[in-house]
Amino acid sequence: MKPVKRIIEKTAKGVLFTSSMVTSVTVLLVVIFLFREGIGLFNQTSVEKHLVIAVNSANRVSALSSTEVKSIFNQDITNWKEVGGDDIEIAPKTIDDMASLFTEEELGEGFKNLAILIEKYVEENPGVIASIPESYLKKEFKGKLIPLKKISVREFLTGTEWIPTAHPAAVFGAWPLILGTLWVSLGAILLALPIGLITAIYMAEVAGQRLRNILKPVIELLSGIPSVVYGFFGLVVLVPLIQKLFKLDVGETALAGSIVLAIMALPTIITIAEDAIRTTPRALKEASLALGASHFQTLLKVTIPYAKSGIIAAIILGIGRAVGETMAVLMVTGNASVVPHTFLEPVRTIPATIAAELGEAPFGGTHFKALFALGIILFIMTFIFNTLVSTVKTRKP
Amino acid sequence: MPDYKVEVKNLDLFYGDFQALKKINFTAEPNTVTAFIGPSGCGKSTLLRMFNRMNDLIDGVHFTGEVYIDGNDIFAKNIDVDNLRKTVGMVFQKPNPFPKSIFENVAYGLRVNGVSDKHFIEKKVIDSIKKAALWDEVKDKLKKSAMELSGGQQQRLCIARALAVEPALILMDEPASALDPISTGKIEDLIFELKNQYSIIIVTHNMQQAGRVSDYTAFFYMGELVEWNKTKTIFTSPDDIRTQNYITGRFG
Amino acid sequence: MTRKQLKQIIAFNFFRLVSLMVVCILFIILGFIMLKGIKVINWEFLTAMPKDGMTGGGIFPAIVGTLCLIAGSMIFAFPIGVMSAIYMNEYLKESFLKKFIRTMTNNLAGIPSIVFGLFGMALFVNTLKFGDSIIAGSLTLGLMVLPVIIRTTEEALKSVDDSLRIGSYALGATRLQTISKVVIPVAMPNILTGLILSIGRVSGETAPILFTVAAYFLPKLPSGIFDQVMALPYHLYVLTTSGTNMEQARPMAYGTAFVLIMIVLILNLLANLIRRIAGKKTKMN
Repeated sequence: MKPVKRIIEKTAKGVLFTSSMVTSVTVLLVVIFLFREGIGLFNQTSVEKHLVIAVNSANRVSALSSTEVKSIFNQDITNWKEVGGDDIEIAPKTIDDMASLFTEEELGEGFKNLAILIEKYVEENPGVIASIPESYLKKEFKGKLIPLKKISVREFLTGTEWIPTAHPAAVFGAWPLILGTLWVSLGAILLALPIGLITAIYMAEVAGQRLRNILKPVIELLSGIPSVVYGFFGLVVLVPLIQKLFKLDVGETALAGSIVLAIMALPTIITIAEDAIRTTPRALKEASLALGASHFQTLLKVTIPYAKSGIIAAIILGIGRAVGETMAVLMVTGNASVVPHTFLEPVRTIPATIAAELGEAPFGGTHFKALFALGIILFIMTFIFNTLVSTVKTRKP
Repeated sequence: MPDYKVEVKNLDLFYGDFQALKKINFTAEPNTVTAFIGPSGCGKSTLLRMFNRMNDLIDGVHFTGEVYIDGNDIFAKNIDVDNLRKTVGMVFQKPNPFPKSIFENVAYGLRVNGVSDKHFIEKKVIDSIKKAALWDEVKDKLKKSAMELSGGQQQRLCIARALAVEPALILMDEPASALDPISTGKIEDLIFELKNQYSIIIVTHNMQQAGRVSDYTAFFYMGELVEWNKTKTIFTSPDDIRTQNYITGRFG
Repeated sequence: MTRKQLKQIIAFNFFRLVSLMVVCILFIILGFIMLKGIKVINWEFLTAMPKDGMTGGGIFPAIVGTLCLIAGSMIFAFPIGVMSAIYMNEYLKESFLKKFIRTMTNNLAGIPSIVFGLFGMALFVNTLKFGDSIIAGSLTLGLMVLPVIIRTTEEALKSVDDSLRIGSYALGATRLQTISKVVIPVAMPNILTGLILSIGRVSGETAPILFTVAAYFLPKLPSGIFDQVMALPYHLYVLTTSGTNMEQARPMAYGTAFVLIMIVLILNLLANLIRRIAGKKTKMN
């Protein structure tokens, strides 16, 4: 009996311990998988797989970045001297351009002559730059293949354009997305903070039992409503309203995102701030009242200062929640990946970008990896907020 | 049969750096009631909790010395703590019935100790409730929640719960401090009854209570066992001035 | 009346106004969706397959899908979450390990849902080769709500009076017996409240299931855990943003939003009911 009992106790303890490690292991796995896929981005060029960039063998340019390639094919860069070559006008050719240069007869059956024709064309035109599938590259190609620079961390973080489908080289600049995320979140906090704090103070200090019994479940419900429902509500009510009110072409704006996020962040702010305000010792408040201060004065001068760190924690958590929110923002902000200038323009946040594009990004490709790299940025942002909260919370008031 | 129910030899106990018990030597005879008295924080509850190793559950407690119950070293390696706690019943300051039925409360100790014979459990439960002088008040509502009983009834239920596992020794940690005078009286009567079958050690703040129910009284002060003797002797002619001061209400 | 008092009255009334505004926000959102949605709700809507490019028919597969995901994630997350909380609250003393587990759990709670989506796709869909499936989605959702379950269970265990534990030990019960026979039964109502809250969360989350299980349009029921399913929140997203005919799909969207809101309302009511009943039962006299 006794040893059996002991074995059962030991086994149970082991099982319980294992369960308690699941969260830690999960966090670890999240980090590993995010970084494994995301870091890979900086090992790659952004040119589509199986494409090579070819130029005339006399061209002096030895390497190009993906932004340069994109600009060349967009004809924003039109002369080789702009990228360190000779003063020759650039003639960008995609494979389709190439094919249309020749007649069907010349191309032969099933484009069998295309490889030879391409080589010839590239060698005859000093200014040409061509993106060609490897399969149409002649063996011992006489032209010069230009290696693309790898995507750098700096380029990724500070690049101002996010065009994952640009041809032939995609551009991954996360800056507008980072800014968009921060704009929408800060806007949300600016709206939610006064309302949330006042409600928290009211609930903790002023409201009678009856009113509190109404407010508590209201806040619980607000936090329980799924984010798609908020997004849906924003889309059918707020977006048209904003469009009409400000006479805009589109109502999907940073403002709409901020308002929806503000409503969603309210429960977090209220709950945590209320808890913090409640921790102020009664003796402290009574001391203030006994000195002739009014309830309101006590609130401003004693209660709120005492609860300061809890209130700050509430604010940070509110921002954290807003930064990571996906669906509602995706549905109401318009998702234009441009650097935002006002709240009345469409913006695009990091979570929305991931949600909207991951489904179309080929598995393991550059775009796929870029989205995981965005995930890393998001993870780091929220990690910073969490760490801030726990430091603020453990600080003595 | 050993001479003593409980025997404590040279016990020193620390909470971290703080010494809560100093060189305690103490014995208790079978079928007697011993009262532990003394001001708050004198170590009397701590000593009581040594007898069923409840201090094991507290962080940072370490000690030297020996404790024997029925001649067995209760800190020996081969001792089964759960079994020890079964042999040593305990009743706490505040009644702490489980939120289960009255019947299940008393049956709990039997069930966790592996008894599954229904008839035996039923007999034992009724028996224990009767011994705890609670039977007449609850016999019609054994299936009702123990939470519906009054505080005094709950405490007697906790005593019944302790009796059901047939303890050799019963520890009571201020069992009446949370009760009204009438309930207290009932508990004291019960202790008097139980003495015939059990050895009892009771911690109390209440001098009159110690005088009424105990055969022996031990006075503790600042972690020391100042003196222990027949209750009558302690109350009428104590040896130590500190005992005298305490009994006559000079401090504590 | 002094200036001081006047100030206070004005301030407090302003506070009340703001608080009532919060209540209004909730009622506007709920009211709007319910009024628009109730018109669409009928037996066919709840039990039929979608048809005509999702502008007609019902949302039955999405309801079934969401139920599958709730069941799948809870089967896995509920026991692990509860056991984890038991280990932390009943076995661990304040120590480095406890602090570590708590920090990690908090970090897990802070990870945005879309990152869970990325993670679930990388681990369950690609690495473990589950493909887009109920099991991949359930595991992702389960890991996401694990911190909610752990936290509420821990609170529930903490609120169990220590004297009950001590009383049980004093009768010779082992730790496991004390936990299973005394602590958990007492804490159960509050643990269940946590379960209900996490069901609410799971039923409404979209981002984690986007790339792990959710199907755009799949008018049949799943036959195993490796099948894809439709899910209510994703369906609502699809109907409003990427349907073929969004204007005509609007009523369907209102109906779906209505069902989602009703799920949340019912779960909240249930949680409050359990809390109230439990509050009465364990009150000491």
